[in-house]
Amino acid sequence: MRIYQVLSILGSLTMFGFVVDFVRRGLLKEKYSVLWLACSVAILILSVQKGLLDLLAGYLGIAYAPSLLFLVAFLFILLIMLHFSVVISILHEKNKTLTQELTLLQEAIKEAGLLSANKKRKK
Amino acid sequence: MKEPKVLIIVPAFNEEETLTHVINDITANLPGTDIVVVNDGSSDATGAVAESLGVTALHHPYNLGIGATMQTGYKYASRNGYDIAVQVDGDGQHMANQVSALLIPIAKGEADIVVGSRFLGLGEYSPSLARGAGIRFFSKLVSAIIGEHITDTTSGFRASGKRTIKFFSGHYPDDYPEVEALVILHKLGFKIAEVPVKMSERVGGKSSITPTRSVYYMVKVLLAILIDMIKKHN
Repeated sequence: MRIYQVLSILGSLTMFGFVVDFVRRGLLKEKYSVLWLACSVAILILSVQKGLLDLLAGYLGIAYAPSLLFLVAFLFILLIMLHFSVVISILHEKNKTLTQELTLLQEAIKEAGLLSANKKRKK
Repeated sequence: MKEPKVLIIVPAFNEEETLTHVINDITANLPGTDIVVVNDGSSDATGAVAESLGVTALHHPYNLGIGATMQTGYKYASRNGYDIAVQVDGDGQHMANQVSALLIPIAKGEADIVVGSRFLGLGEYSPSLARGAGIRFFSKLVSAIIGEHITDTTSGFRASGKRTIKFFSGHYPDDYPEVEALVILHKLGFKIAEVPVKMSERVGGKSSITPTRSVYYMVKVLLAILIDMIKKHN
């Protein structure tokens, strides 16, 4: 076993461990852990099965097989980031709607005489 | 026919210098018309000024941008049963004595949205070279998409009928929304009309459009328009 294999096996196992632990402790939603877990499993498989890595690299015309590991990791990172951009956009929209509702509600409360004009608002 | 219920929506972000002038202009020219100021998380005294003027004031707890600010106004209009909502900027550029011209096509049922144009003969607005080129570009583009001639697509001085108010309260573009809103409305079959209006120079404050931002403006609006043409709206 080559040293790079040992390193990438350790790396992917560490990543897998961290992600599982984060989910277990409630720091990361299951929904957002899937791509990370898939990434670490893919890297792990390709690191353990050197034959598979060489075979795939051969198919793709990659002379130096370990660089396929980088490619796989890179593609996963792109995918994860795109996923984040989508999630952020959804959150942005929800956050906006929520803020607008709050704004309108605050006015309605004031209108109903339950809140004096300048009291509650900061600034 | 009963008088339509009209609401003037004034979006305001750090407009403490001009807001009083704008509101007084509206109350002087359109007595009895309801006004709502949407204060978009201003860091100056805009909020306090709005409260002191005796108009309805809605305060965003933080800055959401012009699109969301207008949308808050349209949500308010929709929920309070207004027939027509008019956007009048908080910087003093839009004159209240021009509002009635915007209302006529809507009251007659000829349009769902009426844009006040600076380029139809009234007043002598002459934008800078770069800005003029940008305005002409969007005018040509939007006119080509819509199939009718719109001269002032970037004008934020506009009136919306009930159907449009309802639509805007659910969907409104985020930043630099004026041009995009027209494209979306057209795609959904809303009737768009333009009327000539006069506008004044800004009475105070600064335009939010800096050179860098105008490049972003062009790119963002262009992209948004192209995407709107293939996007699903409902």
